[in-house]
Amino acid sequence: MNSFDTLRDKSKWVRKETLKLHKRAPESRLASSLSPVEIFVVLYYGGILSYDPQNVQWEERDRLIISKGHGAVSLYPILADLNFFDKEELTKISTEDSFLGVIPDTSIPGFETINGAVGHGLGVACGIALALKRKTSNRKVFVLSGDGELNEGAIWEAIMFASYHKLSNLILIVDNNKMSMLGYQKEILGLEPLEEKFNAFGWKTQTVDGHNVEQLYAALYDLKNDDNSQPKVLVANTHKGKGVPQLEGDPLCHVKSLSAEQIDNILQEWK
Amino acid sequence: MSNVQIKTMRDALIEKIYEKMYGDDRIFFLSADFGAPSLDRLRKDFTSRFINVGIAEQNLINISTGLALEGFTVYAYAIAGFLTMRAYEQIRTNLSLSSQNRQINVNLIGVGTGASYDMSGPSHHCLEDLAIIRTLPNIVLFSPSDWILTEKFVDFSINFKKPKYIRLDSKPLPRIYEKSANIEWNKGSYELVRGSDVCVVSTGYMTHRALKIAKELQVRNNNKIGVIDIFLLKPIDQETLFNILKRYKCVITLEEAFINKGGLDSLISGIIRRRKADIKLINLGFEDKYIFKSGSRDFLSELSHFGEKDIIRAIKEIEV
Repeated sequence: MNSFDTLRDKSKWVRKETLKLHKRAPESRLASSLSPVEIFVVLYYGGILSYDPQNVQWEERDRLIISKGHGAVSLYPILADLNFFDKEELTKISTEDSFLGVIPDTSIPGFETINGAVGHGLGVACGIALALKRKTSNRKVFVLSGDGELNEGAIWEAIMFASYHKLSNLILIVDNNKMSMLGYQKEILGLEPLEEKFNAFGWKTQTVDGHNVEQLYAALYDLKNDDNSQPKVLVANTHKGKGVPQLEGDPLCHVKSLSAEQIDNILQEWK
Repeated sequence: MSNVQIKTMRDALIEKIYEKMYGDDRIFFLSADFGAPSLDRLRKDFTSRFINVGIAEQNLINISTGLALEGFTVYAYAIAGFLTMRAYEQIRTNLSLSSQNRQINVNLIGVGTGASYDMSGPSHHCLEDLAIIRTLPNIVLFSPSDWILTEKFVDFSINFKKPKYIRLDSKPLPRIYEKSANIEWNKGSYELVRGSDVCVVSTGYMTHRALKIAKELQVRNNNKIGVIDIFLLKPIDQETLFNILKRYKCVITLEEAFINKGGLDSLISGIIRRRKADIKLINLGFEDKYIFKSGSRDFLSELSHFGEKDIIRAIKEIEV
């Protein structure tokens, strides 16, 4: 795997590239895409995921289901960098005929499922996990969900299903940025205590700082190699809009777009 | 008539799937805590490939999608109204949308379409499914009129790897098709009775009513009414169907569903209108309201003026 310094450098680079994408596609959900940057970096550059960019349906790949599809534009530069598709495509985001929209779908090499509507990923992932067990495959199924997404009832149907069916090959990562579109989750439905809820439903849980690559790597490595029979959840505490002062801490940052000038200024500062 | 002539579509389907599951270990059967006597053997003999997901239709679709994405053939079984409407957005996103560029062989089996759960009241009547499923791209809409068609559909469902909605009547019904019939799945419709001026185009249980009326009018008035059974609303070979329809001066569509909402009537009127054919069209089915009155399905259809007598009267009033 790459060193943690390299992973930190990659994370900085992904943030820059995400801002550049946002400049070309102001409709992209910037704040939501900035909170899972380190999660994507550790999964793809930290040696956690097994994948083959030349054969995206490779049977021996780990499956990553991006359930919070709206907040995954930051994965585009990573997939391009790893040759899932041509880097040139990044410059065409949101233009006519481009397969890169502001919300990813299965026409983008590397995306397994349709992700625009939240609350579907975990249930579909349960079906995939069940199928892999049936095939006696050792591959894992990772799911990235938002925390606001856990408001959806179908998620809890899947949470019950996963533990009852001992889907030990299923690892849910909650990008716990604590906000949804209209503000803080604690002022909407109050998801906490999240870990206790998962424990009560029979899941193995861990919590980390979702911007700390060492913590993320250690937790994901452990969860991936854990042989116990429970499904696993990693609560990654993150900040929505991480790294961008105009977004971080703004309860309405979900739909906030930055101007081209603001982006240029931030990129200048980050040099 | 021997016992085997009358049968539920559900039992015919499940018995055939049971046979297939023996020979093909890539078939799963999932249920949203919904049963049938014929399912008991399947549940017992395939403990690892029969899964009761609980009363959770949304998860039923999602789990089925995941299994199908990994190459398995999945049957997902539930009460029709709850399967199609509780989980509609799951069907739309994970089946209709996703199957446009992924191979997904999920076969939704909805039992209790139309007013077949007549006595259970409006929560269990399923009068919307034809229109709402038909509007979704990439989904096969199968609406059989008897258990022979239903049984024969199983081979097609395994080989044609697209999401499908199989809408089944809950009641035991006599067979219409011959056991030896060779069903042309690429056609989607079949002219059961050839008539002279007027024909009834129907689907599901209503095809039984259409056949009964055609027989009565033939005996009493020597009036030859045609009957066309639409068993696949989608995909359907419109040219073949139009070539039959154009022989008639008047076409009556008959469905146990809300009319003028995108179901069978809209399919047929679209076919006729696009070809600018001079055919009189009458649409029969449920009016735009739910029914709280208790009663048999015949009584329920009489409330919307498409009971047997209503249809006969309508046919007699047609001037051709």
